[in-house]
Amino acid sequence: MEFFKGVNVDWMGKVKYFVSLSLILLAVGWLSILRNHGLKQGIDFRGGTLVYVRFSGTPPIDQIRKGLQSAGLANSTIQGISDINSNSKNDVVIGLEQHGQGDESLDAGKQAILDVLHKMFGTDSGGKQDFNSITPSALAAYLTQKDPLALGVNAGERYNQLAQRLADARDRDNGGILTSFGQLKNVGGATPAVIASLQSGFSLGNFAIRNVEIVGPKVGSQLRRQAVLATLYALAGMLVYIAFRFEWVYGAAAVIAVFHDVLITLGFFSLFHFEISLTVIAALLTLVGYSMNDTIVIFDRVRENLRLMRREPFPEIVNRSINQTLSRTILTSGLTFLTVLVLYLEGGEVLRAFSFAMVVGVVVGTYSSFGIAAPIVVVWNKYRGQGASVRAGSAAEKRVAAEARR
Amino acid sequence: MSSQLKWKFAFIAVVILLCLFGVLGMPIFPTSWAQVKDNLASRIQLGLDLKGGSHLVLQVQVDEAIGLRCDQTVDQLSKQLHEKSINVGEIRRLNDTQIQVLNVDPATSAGFRDLVSTQFPDWGLAPLAGSVNGYVISMKPSVVADLRRETMDQSLETITRRINALGLTEPTIAFTGRGDNEILVQLPGEGDPTRAKSVIQAGGQLELTLVVDDQPYPSEAAALASRGGVLPPGTEIVPGRAEGATSSQQPLQVFYILDRAPVVTGQDLRGASPAPSSSYPGQYEVRFQLSTAAAARFGPFTEANVGRHMAIVLDHKVYTAPVINSRIEDSGVIEGSFTQESAQDLALVLRAGALPASIKYLEERTVGPSLGADSIREGVRASIASLIVVMIFLVIYYRLSGVNAVVALMFNLVILVAFMAYAGAVLTLPGIAGVILTIGMGVDSNVLVFERIREELRNGKANASAVDLGFERAFLTIIDTHVTTVVSAIFLFLFGTGPVRGFAVTLVIGLIANIFTSIYVSRAIFDYHLARMERQAALSI
Repeated sequence: MEFFKGVNVDWMGKVKYFVSLSLILLAVGWLSILRNHGLKQGIDFRGGTLVYVRFSGTPPIDQIRKGLQSAGLANSTIQGISDINSNSKNDVVIGLEQHGQGDESLDAGKQAILDVLHKMFGTDSGGKQDFNSITPSALAAYLTQKDPLALGVNAGERYNQLAQRLADARDRDNGGILTSFGQLKNVGGATPAVIASLQSGFSLGNFAIRNVEIVGPKVGSQLRRQAVLATLYALAGMLVYIAFRFEWVYGAAAVIAVFHDVLITLGFFSLFHFEISLTVIAALLTLVGYSMNDTIVIFDRVRENLRLMRREPFPEIVNRSINQTLSRTILTSGLTFLTVLVLYLEGGEVLRAFSFAMVVGVVVGTYSSFGIAAPIVVVWNKYRGQGASVRAGSAAEKRVAAEARR
Repeated sequence: MSSQLKWKFAFIAVVILLCLFGVLGMPIFPTSWAQVKDNLASRIQLGLDLKGGSHLVLQVQVDEAIGLRCDQTVDQLSKQLHEKSINVGEIRRLNDTQIQVLNVDPATSAGFRDLVSTQFPDWGLAPLAGSVNGYVISMKPSVVADLRRETMDQSLETITRRINALGLTEPTIAFTGRGDNEILVQLPGEGDPTRAKSVIQAGGQLELTLVVDDQPYPSEAAALASRGGVLPPGTEIVPGRAEGATSSQQPLQVFYILDRAPVVTGQDLRGASPAPSSSYPGQYEVRFQLSTAAAARFGPFTEANVGRHMAIVLDHKVYTAPVINSRIEDSGVIEGSFTQESAQDLALVLRAGALPASIKYLEERTVGPSLGADSIREGVRASIASLIVVMIFLVIYYRLSGVNAVVALMFNLVILVAFMAYAGAVLTLPGIAGVILTIGMGVDSNVLVFERIREELRNGKANASAVDLGFERAFLTIIDTHVTTVVSAIFLFLFGTGPVRGFAVTLVIGLIANIFTSIYVSRAIFDYHLARMERQAALSI
């Protein structure tokens, strides 16, 4: 099976279409960024507090919002999370902007949020601990004390394992929240005596914390600086490597194409309301590498064809190179695209922004190799004025030919 | 098959076995899928975002320690100048590292300079600009740097002792290396770091001092007023809790006048432990034992002061001020409204030692275990799905050679996982994304070779030489593409934090393994196939 036998497209003749397309994409993306007053920065860079909470039933978001406001948390935000993958539609994320450099402790915001939630949703548990937020070690301590399996004094290790299994059943199989102790029936070693002992000692809270992220202001700006440095250094490193393997103009063309890719991807981020986080920076750096790869494959072929096809005009050589590598390009991009698409659809909420960056990046990175990088090299070559590299039929060639006749 | 090929396959077989051993951990084939999963789980280190746990970045306020040293020097300087009868006008701390001395009596200024240079070698003396007979004494920069480093080292040790005493599994405590006096603490499996945070942050400075007046005062002003506005020499005013305040009320603040020099400090403790309270049933107390040397001081002290109050000062706040009823040799008790856990924590902190400077938290991330489990499940599912998609496509498009590529890909992943198990590299959720990217980008190497082979076959080359040319021409391109991605990944590793580093690690290992599998292993399989094929038959590609 073969898709691309005998392709012969005049890529370099279509450069103006490519450039127009790029300009449109850039304009659309960056208009969106301007309209939103910049890129949406994730908590990694802007600092603040995020608390992800899972409820046992549908969370009354408006009620919670009022509760937060009346507790003095005026700059709090609350949002429901609807993840196509999760087995629960009862998640919310509560965010707090970060305050100035106050002397208050870093987690004052988180404590305030938890206080509000406990007040609104805390069950009247009569002093019992909440099973939905207990750690395995504390659970093991309780079980060892109560000894429902009548194991005697040296049962510590067995209760450790039982506690771990109970906690795993809660976390892995039931999404972190239990609504009744009966859900633990199938855990190995959870005899009715054990369950009864749990029932008497614990209550089942209505919510559990899934995830907490608190980033202080100093750390935020530190991470931002590191992200920028990493990107610049990586680009410089690659420029040096390519200039070393080819000529420097190839390096420059590749770097310009990569910049173009990153700018368009960032534009798409703004259009689709994704946040820039540390993992997104990782995705951007990866797509920088990927776009370089793609460009290098074409340049490699150009270098090889330059030796084989000395008499042909340069744009023709470039066209031929692109056509020859088209099969590989489409295949690899296609397969990489499919894998990151799977990641986007199946990989969960945490990686969503990362995989979105990769999905957009793979497509744009492939396109920029023949749409941006190759044309730059061709244009540069033309303006260096090599006789043999000028295309047949143009005014310049006629001029050169006229000179040659003189 | 040629002997060279035999050696190649032997080598590949050895690598496979090593990898399987690293991944599965036993030479026998595992008996059940659950056992495989267990082995895998125990050999691969999971990051916090997959295992659940807490990640804390804290900053040691090193300047406090430096300022403290400066304060101590001011005290010592005053005392020694007084002893040597050198008159000065005013000694004042200017900032963390500088002391200002005004109006040095010109008659004794030589003695003054002499004293400073011999008794205080860590400090440099310079005349104060714009003032006659004024000097500025500055801590030498090398001394400041040493003090900074000592403070950081001591903080790290103390925090490590405290966390180890909490009995948490495999914590990580280290300097972040990002400069600026930061320490990173990672507590795998801790879904709620509240207790650990308070144990880490507790100052832990214990002092037992004599209370000068029997009664505390309701305010600092009242305390001063009782002494006519001037404190007796060698005393200071310290805030404390009102006696009789229960744990549920907001404790009122009172002020004590205490001796400045404590008779016993936390460094004199031989041990500390929590115990149920003897005087307040239902509550707990902390009992401590003193070292022999300290006991030799404490005994006479208590004997000489029977009937007076002794203040138990924790982190510059009076905790309790009980009456000394009789001579106490080497033990004592700190009573208060402790729960069992808070008594345990205080005993732990006292045993581990005091922090030389206070701690401020800069970053806190806690991944709950349910999120971690979800992330693993989703990551694994996405990996398997993408693997299947790629495999199906390869076989359809390249037929038997596609099978070659699939084998190379599987091998690539096995090497990747095994290497991570051997190296103890941490797998994070972005790391799983790195595995998926390895699948996608690794296929590129095979595609480059196969497309080249197809091209050469189309140009009329024979099978063997097409394969040769394919690998030869594609080799440099493969290296080029891998180098650029590895360069990206290296910078990501250098500048990134935990999860991003995990991504960089899996990507780099995956790509390096990819070079081996797509060039060496694929080639070996081709050679084997070619050797067994008939010369004229078409290569299935």
